[in-house]
Amino acid sequence: MSELSVEQWAQKVKENDRRAAAKLISAIERKEKIARDVLKNLFVPVGKTTVLGVTGSAGAGKSCLVSCLISAFRKEGKTVGVIAVDPSSPFTGGAFLGDRLRMQVHGRDKGVYIRSMASRGYLGGLARGTVDAMRVMEAMGHDVVIVETVGTGQDEIDVARLVQTCILVLTPTMGDDIQAMKAGIMEVAQIAILNKADMPGKEKAILDLEVALRMRPAAEDGWAVPVVPTVATTKEGIDEVVSQIEKHQAHMRQGEGLKKFAFQKAEKEGSVLIKDEIERVIFDHIRGTGLRRKYLDKIVTGEIDPYTAVEEVMSLFIKKTAKD
Amino acid sequence: MRKAKEDKDRKIKVLVSKVGLDGHDRGAKVICSLLKEAGMEVVYLGMYQMPKDVVDAAIDEDVDVIGPSFLSGEHLVYTPLLVEEMKKAGLDDVLLIAGGVIPAEDIPTLKEMGVKEVFTAGSLTEPIIRYIRSNVRR
Repeated sequence: MSELSVEQWAQKVKENDRRAAAKLISAIERKEKIARDVLKNLFVPVGKTTVLGVTGSAGAGKSCLVSCLISAFRKEGKTVGVIAVDPSSPFTGGAFLGDRLRMQVHGRDKGVYIRSMASRGYLGGLARGTVDAMRVMEAMGHDVVIVETVGTGQDEIDVARLVQTCILVLTPTMGDDIQAMKAGIMEVAQIAILNKADMPGKEKAILDLEVALRMRPAAEDGWAVPVVPTVATTKEGIDEVVSQIEKHQAHMRQGEGLKKFAFQKAEKEGSVLIKDEIERVIFDHIRGTGLRRKYLDKIVTGEIDPYTAVEEVMSLFIKKTAKD
Repeated sequence: MRKAKEDKDRKIKVLVSKVGLDGHDRGAKVICSLLKEAGMEVVYLGMYQMPKDVVDAAIDEDVDVIGPSFLSGEHLVYTPLLVEEMKKAGLDDVLLIAGGVIPAEDIPTLKEMGVKEVFTAGSLTEPIIRYIRSNVRR
């Protein structure tokens, strides 16, 4: 794609050119400057696309459910983009991306674009470039964009700020009513799915969930979280999930809902971009000066504490930029 | 310094897949695991994939390497189809390597067809990783 101008590259993505989009997502993952320049030409206002998030613990059936959702949306004639995030190894940096194989029945469907992303050390259940990759898929013109997080535990709630409808996938083995009452991920979903509902413990799990959800103060926008039992492998309950998605979308899109979502997303994205930019500028600034190593050595030997070290680096940086 | 940083963000991405009517995937899974341990990002496509499925996935995932695994004796049937699909899609900068139970006398034929290297059962890990690292597009 390097032979194209930024505008031409963006144009190809808008024309749903899969290779141009794939190359752009790779450039995003590599944090190449050109990626940001192309993205500037791909800004799509919030609202046109239905943006869904699917989260839940490892092995709960997220990828299988996403595959079922793809089938359902395709039946309605909608095109679908999927970003499936799997974890990177904190030791080797490698990753085994195994979500796509659950969705491979859609491999030949030109109305479906699936991209696996490794988290590359980014916390919160997503990969660093996920938000940008979502923007690429929106620009390609997909009617629905689905983000599948890494297998999450209790606290990975980033996805909820970036999608319109967040779906939490649980199973009958999720634990007791105490687990269902906890803060964090249990609070951020708009739809709770109890997958593998053909396993023992289904009734008790649904009850625990419903009670826990009812004990919470009602959501600000008046949406009551439904609990939907499913068996993704046989597509049982999928119609109900789709109908709940449609209900929530309609609910969110009335009044100020969409505007509020857009604000919340911009706020989250802005803070991530600013943090990234500050980190980049500061590390660029001290690169090659040996300062980083010097401070790390000092911290290791106990000569300085990490808080003072950070303050010193920051004040050096601020003094230097003030002079410039 | 700049170079080192770029290399850190430049991960090698590999697509591993079983091709054709071949349900023996233990070897493919072992390879996936080894490449992951070597710091690569590995997309595993699973079993019973046709050449077009593999190439379509390779485009969407923007991989650097395609690694079909054959334990069914169908390597001479599917490899030309795979190469043809790669050509049609313009994936000329993607490294094609094959693995599995492949008779030694078939290896020159596979290479003539366009496979860059063949790693049969019993291959050691290190040479595979070294081969990928030194032959992948940059």
